[in-house]
Amino acid sequence: MSGAATEPTTWTGRALPRLEDPAIIRGWGTYVADIAARNTACGYVRFVRSPLASGRILSITTPPGVTVFTAADLAGVQPIRAVLHRPDFVEIGTPILATDVVRFVGEPIAFVVADSEAAAEDAAELVEVDIEPLPAVLSATAALADGAPLVHDCVPPEHPNAPNTMVDGRITTPGADKAFATADAVVAVKVSSSRQSAMPLEARASHATFDRATGRTTLYATLQMPHITRTGIADCLGIPEDDLRVIAPDVGGGFGAKMTLAREDVALVWAARHLRRDLAWIETREENFLGAWHSREQVYAIEGAFTADGDLLALRGDLICDVGAYCCYPVTWAVEPLMALVELPGPYKVAEYDVRSRAIATNKCPIAPYRGVSRPMQVLAMERLMDRAAAQLGIDRVEIRDRNLIDEYPHRSPTGLVLDVASHRETLAAAAKLADLEDFERRRAEARARGRYLGIGISCFAERTGYGTPAFAARSTPYPLQPDKAAPVVTPGFERVILTMDPSGGLTLRIGASPHGQGLKTSLAQLVCDELGMRPDQVRVIASDTDNTPYGWGSYASRAMVIAGGASLIAARNLAERLRALAADRLGALPDDIVLEDGKARRSGTDEAVDLAVIARDTYHSSHLLADKGEPALESVGTYDPSGTFANACHIAEVEVDPLTGKVEIKRFLVAEDAGRLINPAIVDGQIHGGVVQGIANALYEELIYDDRGILVTTSLMDFLPPTVTEVPDIEIAHICTLSPASLTGAKGVGEGGTIGAPAAIANAISDALRPFGVEVFHLPATPHRIRSAIREGRDISAAPHPADGVEQESTR
Amino acid sequence: MTSIRLYVNGDRYDIDVEPRRTLADALREDCGLTGTHLGCEHGVCGACTVLLDGQPIRACLMFAVQAEGASIRTVEGLAPDDTTLHPVQQAFWDNHGLQCGFCTPGFLTLIAGYLEEHPDAGEEELREVLASNLCRCTGYQNILKATLCAQKAMCGDAFDDESTE
Repeated sequence: MSGAATEPTTWTGRALPRLEDPAIIRGWGTYVADIAARNTACGYVRFVRSPLASGRILSITTPPGVTVFTAADLAGVQPIRAVLHRPDFVEIGTPILATDVVRFVGEPIAFVVADSEAAAEDAAELVEVDIEPLPAVLSATAALADGAPLVHDCVPPEHPNAPNTMVDGRITTPGADKAFATADAVVAVKVSSSRQSAMPLEARASHATFDRATGRTTLYATLQMPHITRTGIADCLGIPEDDLRVIAPDVGGGFGAKMTLAREDVALVWAARHLRRDLAWIETREENFLGAWHSREQVYAIEGAFTADGDLLALRGDLICDVGAYCCYPVTWAVEPLMALVELPGPYKVAEYDVRSRAIATNKCPIAPYRGVSRPMQVLAMERLMDRAAAQLGIDRVEIRDRNLIDEYPHRSPTGLVLDVASHRETLAAAAKLADLEDFERRRAEARARGRYLGIGISCFAERTGYGTPAFAARSTPYPLQPDKAAPVVTPGFERVILTMDPSGGLTLRIGASPHGQGLKTSLAQLVCDELGMRPDQVRVIASDTDNTPYGWGSYASRAMVIAGGASLIAARNLAERLRALAADRLGALPDDIVLEDGKARRSGTDEAVDLAVIARDTYHSSHLLADKGEPALESVGTYDPSGTFANACHIAEVEVDPLTGKVEIKRFLVAEDAGRLINPAIVDGQIHGGVVQGIANALYEELIYDDRGILVTTSLMDFLPPTVTEVPDIEIAHICTLSPASLTGAKGVGEGGTIGAPAAIANAISDALRPFGVEVFHLPATPHRIRSAIREGRDISAAPHPADGVEQESTR
Repeated sequence: MTSIRLYVNGDRYDIDVEPRRTLADALREDCGLTGTHLGCEHGVCGACTVLLDGQPIRACLMFAVQAEGASIRTVEGLAPDDTTLHPVQQAFWDNHGLQCGFCTPGFLTLIAGYLEEHPDAGEEELREVLASNLCRCTGYQNILKATLCAQKAMCGDAFDDESTE
């Protein structure tokens, strides 16, 4: 459905092949490990990691000849500090290496340095760590039980939070209780997800080179946020930022997992400076599962107050996020609970609200953002609620959604968010039409007659995208700048670009965003060229190098096309204005009469034109003759820092469930998506495809499993079970395009939507298919084992235990 | 150290390796061919797929010494020269068959190797072959599309309908 009826006359809107691809498909891509492999003088680092979930380090012994470093060697290095300014936030620093105690299996305790990767692996085996086991807390419920061990015992006793509670947010509107008291029906659902890994195909990899001449270190690492990585490492080491250059070369996927500052990267830069030598650390897949950020281990208990007609009047909920042992930098362990707290209602109108959302520390791998962050669970909760309400009130599933979807814009949610113009009802209608629901009922009946079980599930969502500083600032309570001290809070958001035309007329766009597979360089080139009348292959986009790009926040949170795109558009328009003025002087015209096209500045409606390359050359080389007396260069800076926009979509999954084996086959998967203006439709569709398949993976296959001692047992790709092409249906996409003033380019972000909507659609579809068995899905992934067991026992696939259950019990899922 | 001889992409490499060195590490570090990627080093993801005497194999699961004397083709050896692409490479570019590109070399060698031996493979058969490897970005949609386009390009007259995109 991606092909346009007629090819646009602009560069934007065209499904151009990507500028990034020719090198990569020839095997000429440059990923971090490739740079290290070519550096024959490079030493290799290997980390020694905790085999216990909780314990006290008694001794670390190493035979002679092994170069090993422990926390004692790094005594001058500061912990990683990630802070929000709010009373319910607990600040805990992350030491670079475990000092006295270990807090999760996989936590780095020491590292060795050797001349080859294999020698480093051998050396690490020789390091003996004696650890006295301490009691561990392995679930949020256990962490909140009376007398639970403390993951961090340094929290001041006067802190208002309950033990092990690192964030405890609540939003309550005045009329919530009354709405529940007077509602015709109160519908409750409790949903949960197993732990997930973003699992980029390239695990982490870092290569630090030390330059004796300047004393500077260059860190090549597989990152989404190079600038804040430099800030974070410089803060830990107490060095000026300029002593460190951070470069993210080709990055083999991120999905959020490469946003967060790695303890290992701090250690590597420290060691390269200390040893004055080039070092590399290439993470193994096992290490990646053990220590490179988990996500989504959440349980949400929510209730909706409905009228008999199906209008949602109020929501209340108690949302629990198991955030593991440490606080991720820079977005903090508030990232999951606070997103859930403010965005739970999603695309639905609801006037009254009473929701509490908590981050609970446990002795497991720390959480960090993963594509969608909390929204897959928010949508799972809301969409299961809608299906339950529809069933309870006897209303059609499409109808109950349609009557509750936001249809007046801008819309202010009870949590204070302002949703810009979108197309919630239209995307629902478009997806329902594609799904041909009437025909589905016919096919379902036919299948049932043959002993087969089909189901269909709907999921509607609003995807908050492209949010800058205002949105991140709202996570803290307001604080003033101190006269003599920098604020401890890191508030991301803006993007800057520098657009330069060189003397030959070529364009260089330096961006603070940091693409890692999204084709951003192609999309930005398309955008800029429409303003300047040039071809995308004339634009070199430079990203992901702190020496060569303006400070920016990188690529995450579906933001780059909105924010870096907006900044690029501003820069391009300013440069175009200068070029038109310079051309007007040459052609004896007014700037407004000049159009930029085909690499020329042309007097509108005439053949009088001058090559942009001629203007460029003279601007640099005959600057004393410029009529406009402007800068002797063609350079323009664009800065954009919007408060955010909302993409929206409706996903519909059609599944067949085999009740004997519990196997789920996705027969059709439909997406009606509104991402605003499509700069490169093929890239947009690619984002949706990949996102949906990660959503399918979350819904049916992937999970990280700890045993009852807190040891991760899913440490290979075979255990984690990412889907292959044979588990994936053809994904059908319909686009609706709403142009919102909240985005300068008209584009709304699209990076996370697929992952956000798919799990709920699939959970609803399986529940629909299993209606004859009385089985509904409230926990993901819905694996064959869980489905088969639920059918045999005639019960739901229930959510994980919630602290409010009041009973401390191990999950029986 | 063991001295071995590999023939990679038509070039001869005489290298000294530890017996435990994998073929993937030998290709990347001893031959300087870093197009072959390592995504898991336990034989699941397929990013390290190369053609060994024409057969797709996992270079992370084979020791370099086991490849002594073999003829190996890596992603760098698919295109005939620096200005021309192999039909599978061209199809991946045309169809947005890659995003981050980390898995791409493994898919390209897998598909090129299979199509060269099985030019008339059906779509279901090709799906099964593609299930050998993992991609985390594309959801496989455009990889499958690119594979079918490459098959048409490679088989020329065997297919008379043109590409739909």
